[in-house]
Amino acid sequence: MTGFLAQRLGQALFVLIAVSALAFLMFHYIGDPVVAILGANSTGLQRDELRRQMGLDGPLIVQFFDYMGRMLVGEFGLSYRLGLPVSRVLLERMPATMELALVGMVIALAIGIPAGIYCALERRSAASRLVLGLSLLGISMPSFFMGMLLIFLFSVMLGWLPSFGRGETVNLGWWTTGLLTASGLKAIIMPAITIAVFQFAMILRLVRAEMLEVLRADFIRFARARGLSRRSVHLRHALKNTLVPLITIVGLQLGSIIGFAVVTETVFQWPGLGLLFLQSVAAADIPVLAAFLIFIALVFVTINLVVDLCYYVVDPRLRLADRSTGAA
Amino acid sequence: MSITVAKESFFGRLTGWLARSWRSDFAYDFRRSPIAIASLAIILLYVAAASFPSIFAPRPVFDLATLDFSDAFKPPAWLAGGDWRFLFGADDQGRDVLSAIIYGLRVSLFVSVAAVALSVTIGVTLGLVAGFFGGLIDSMIMRIADLQLTFPAMLVAVLVDGLLRASAGQRFHEEYAVLIIIVAIALSGWVQYARTVRGLTMVVSTHNYVLAARMLGRSVPFILFRHILPNVATPVFVVATIQLAVAIILEATLSFVGLGIPPTQPSLGTLIRVGNGYLLSGEWWLAIFPGLALLILVLAVNLLGDFLRDALNPRLK
Repeated sequence: MTGFLAQRLGQALFVLIAVSALAFLMFHYIGDPVVAILGANSTGLQRDELRRQMGLDGPLIVQFFDYMGRMLVGEFGLSYRLGLPVSRVLLERMPATMELALVGMVIALAIGIPAGIYCALERRSAASRLVLGLSLLGISMPSFFMGMLLIFLFSVMLGWLPSFGRGETVNLGWWTTGLLTASGLKAIIMPAITIAVFQFAMILRLVRAEMLEVLRADFIRFARARGLSRRSVHLRHALKNTLVPLITIVGLQLGSIIGFAVVTETVFQWPGLGLLFLQSVAAADIPVLAAFLIFIALVFVTINLVVDLCYYVVDPRLRLADRSTGAA
Repeated sequence: MSITVAKESFFGRLTGWLARSWRSDFAYDFRRSPIAIASLAIILLYVAAASFPSIFAPRPVFDLATLDFSDAFKPPAWLAGGDWRFLFGADDQGRDVLSAIIYGLRVSLFVSVAAVALSVTIGVTLGLVAGFFGGLIDSMIMRIADLQLTFPAMLVAVLVDGLLRASAGQRFHEEYAVLIIIVAIALSGWVQYARTVRGLTMVVSTHNYVLAARMLGRSVPFILFRHILPNVATPVFVVATIQLAVAIILEATLSFVGLGIPPTQPSLGTLIRVGNGYLLSGEWWLAIFPGLALLILVLAVNLLGDFLRDALNPRLK
């Protein structure tokens, strides 16, 4: 396992370094940070002075290592748009996005997995065909339109839920949460559903496909031949064997949620990272974009590592292979 | 000995091809699937409307002389105060919403089809090269692909769009918005094709006819595009259909968040963005009808993609 883990860590490190290099090049070649800070009316002398102070007159490779060094201690420079340290801005916005992503994912999983299993077991029934049809509607629904329909229905027509913002938040030191106040809970319902709809549809279809694949396997036929109960065959034999692909799916989807959050947060004016990203793109705020890229890569790499570790927990065959060969 | 080939007329060849196609398994599956037929009919209707908007649109949209401000915010025809000249209502300037949708559709379809075409070209070429040569080129291309897969397609498209705008300046973006958005969407999707084609190319490259072509001294581009490409094309076709739905959504999303097509030449997403500003004040038809038009189009493309995937998959036969 240590060999496998080392290989995975190496890959993760490669991704992070490559993304950092990309972020650095972006930072270096698009727009001029000096002009962005001093404004277009500054003199050449002022610009040269600042360039020297910021170390932007050194050789490219020195600047790159400088950038990496500062990055490692969480120093990403100042946002052009807000004039604040990028790391502080990111940390401020992170809890809103994390809460939205997690609530959305929990909703999607809680409905998607049972529905997927049902659709695989009763695949000819009318109900499962209906659910499958609805899931295609969920995949085809652009998430901003989903959000708009919800706002129109629940905010404009019925007036039940707020159409924008995060409601009241509670400050827990380094984390602000909206999940502890009534207005915060009301505010998260519609954005979370908007995110969950697409994820639900994807999870349902993938779980169904995996489950159908497993149900075709010989050991399922054998388990039935042994006279085991349907419940035992389905849950103990079939479902267990769909867990490995399922974990992969959940991991990948969790990463993709951040992409969807950009749109959802715009529709609901949710003060998270997605909205920040979009505002930064519109304002060409390169330091924030560079840091955002690295942040996403970090999230993705972490998710992938956790997924790999989960395989070991879930799949006894991997542990067995380790013992017989010494190390994998 | 000479072999004489009867030269058929173009018309004869065409009818022969049509007759063979009609008898094929694929056409049989298609005729038996009402969903596939309905999806194709909807897509053809959309394409026809987008190709000839002046015929399909009930009223002109860009001619300011025909607009009347007293028509502004007319609700859909079947509601109180509605007017049958404006089936889906009128917008803030008295423009017919249905006509605006049809002209918007033209932009949306053009952008997404062009983006998919560019994406296929990039992805298939890189996939063929990676699968055929292997080695260093292969691992370099696939590393880049893996790296890009780290980021959701939505983020890649937004980022490329933003970076192109930032390095080109605001004026440039207004003029070349369509081009920038096509490139942004294309660059977010090429990985799908590259991965599919690479895997198949690795298998096909070992076949005897490829070996024979190499021994005959055919050039590498000739082998790649004339011998290998036709044998890996079917899955590309399926992926492209599904990616078309993704591209339509991406274009609409970029336009909706204000990074896409400017309001001077509105796409469906731009219309929804503009209409969204009137949602809270009750003029819902400005945003909801373009949204429904978009949803129906994406749904039809996805349904057709599902059908193609099942019908062209030899494993399910």
